[in-house]
Amino acid sequence: MTEHDVRTFNINFGPQHPAAHGVLRLVLELDGEVVERVDPHVGLLHRGTEKLIEHKTYLQAVPYFDRLDYVAPMNQEHAFALAVEKLLGIKVPFRGQLIRVLYSEIGRLLSHLLNVTTQAMDVGALTPPLWGFEQREQLMIFYERASGSRMHAAYIRPGGVHQDLPQALIDDIEKFTENFPKAVDDIHGLITDNRIFKQRNADIGVISLEDAWAWGFSGVMVRGSGAAWDLRKNQPYECYDRLDFDIPVGKNGDCYDRYLIRMEEMYQSNRIMKQCIDLLNSPEGQGPVNTTDGKIVPPKRGEMKRSMEALIHHFKLYTEGYRVPAGEVYAAVEAPKGEFGVYLVADGTNKPYRCKIRAPGFAHLSAMDFISRGHLLADVSAILGSLDIVFGEVDR
Amino acid sequence: MADALSDLGAHIASKAGDALDGYDVAFGELTLEARAGHIVDLVTLLRDDPDYQFICFIDVCGVDYPDRAERFDVVYHLLSPVKNLRIRVRVTTDEETPVPSITGVFPGADWFEREAYDLYGILFSGHHDLRRILTDYGFDGYPLRKDFPLTGFVEVRYDEERKRVVYEPVKLAQEFRDFDYLSPWEGTDYVLPGDEKAN
Repeated sequence: MTEHDVRTFNINFGPQHPAAHGVLRLVLELDGEVVERVDPHVGLLHRGTEKLIEHKTYLQAVPYFDRLDYVAPMNQEHAFALAVEKLLGIKVPFRGQLIRVLYSEIGRLLSHLLNVTTQAMDVGALTPPLWGFEQREQLMIFYERASGSRMHAAYIRPGGVHQDLPQALIDDIEKFTENFPKAVDDIHGLITDNRIFKQRNADIGVISLEDAWAWGFSGVMVRGSGAAWDLRKNQPYECYDRLDFDIPVGKNGDCYDRYLIRMEEMYQSNRIMKQCIDLLNSPEGQGPVNTTDGKIVPPKRGEMKRSMEALIHHFKLYTEGYRVPAGEVYAAVEAPKGEFGVYLVADGTNKPYRCKIRAPGFAHLSAMDFISRGHLLADVSAILGSLDIVFGEVDR
Repeated sequence: MADALSDLGAHIASKAGDALDGYDVAFGELTLEARAGHIVDLVTLLRDDPDYQFICFIDVCGVDYPDRAERFDVVYHLLSPVKNLRIRVRVTTDEETPVPSITGVFPGADWFEREAYDLYGILFSGHHDLRRILTDYGFDGYPLRKDFPLTGFVEVRYDEERKRVVYEPVKLAQEFRDFDYLSPWEGTDYVLPGDEKAN
């Protein structure tokens, strides 16, 4: 054999590549078309979020979380809010919890719609993203009507949510939940039985459950490998223990199973949203959306104009902010991509001492080399699509 | 809940022997204070012992306390899906002493240890590929250390004349302002201007 025959060669995949889902640079070492080694270079979108949060008050830190996984912004805010609330020892009123759950599930739909349809695009289909984005557009309008912003909501804040939902918005979300399963059915019809999609995804990127745990996987990545593990069920937060939903589990741990789980989770999220809306319309679901003692959540503007005490609270909370007792907590939510955790170290002042953001995508992408070895070059984009990577949260 | 966690802590302490300096339950979470040299044995025990089964790796991160002799905390988070428990393990180290890498136990720790090295300069011995990960190619310094300024030292821009990206020292049009909003009635640990006359 001559030296020429055994030569592997390297190619750069990205940083500007439509299937890289952002700014990922993969250095691929190939033997012919077979991937020998993958070296992902991340950090091209690194903004120093954790450093910035150390220099901001707790309330000012919230918007940074929207900019992590910008496909489902409120789920991240939720993890931070839970961490701060754990340190402060406060409980959010029931209506606030319902709104949080409702918008977390909207976030899950936003993320899964983007992921399953762009995964189809990664393997060659063009239509699914157009169909998915039609639904995403409606959901983003719900974001806008609640928070004033389509993406960077800053809506779920420690102590509750920014403001109550208008009844018209709740009614419109209800209408959406009635029509949405039909839209998922359509996407099912478009992709699920598609021969090319199956050929490109089935038996690709198979991960055993044992490996999935050891690599720090979470969310769809472990459910695809057969674990019925979902923080909403196993370690319920907010009012998830009162809601009725199922956890889809895969059998084969391949890309196709993960796709199917995401599709089924959309139906389940829709179910949860319906229950939330019913509860929001019931007498039990009325009441404040925030803690009401005024020490964490600033008063409303109208109240501020009449009450001296409210004015003082407003001034103090928007300058000094509130202090969080010293200690450390880890709070996690089941974000669409997996377990999104916030490890918060407080030193008793108005700023976090340390805020480590545990992004699911970071752990998933770190296994890229492990999963892709021995696959063909074309499978790399299918695997990457099924890992559900968003660079906002990987690079932080 | 807290009782169950302290029981678990005591149980681990009895098994781990001198790998552990103590344990603590706060905010419904169990923290083990471990010795850096024994961290690999400890996480192996936590993973393999049928009573714990912390098989899911969650996180490794650094925390910086510049005033201490051993300035860094290295904090490990593990999850036991079987027992539905979380645990935190903490070891301390300084800028020179490496912490044994746990990548042999949990391959997922690879990037998290690289990140701690990148952002804090914490060294991990036995890590097969301890490169920088999040910062720029050729970056100098450890940005998440408390003594690293928020604005950094260099800024980049595209230079039209040289037709390439150039690095220059940071120029701030306005001085970086870090307001101290802590209430003067209860917050400051310094003498407020004018207050020195009070005595």
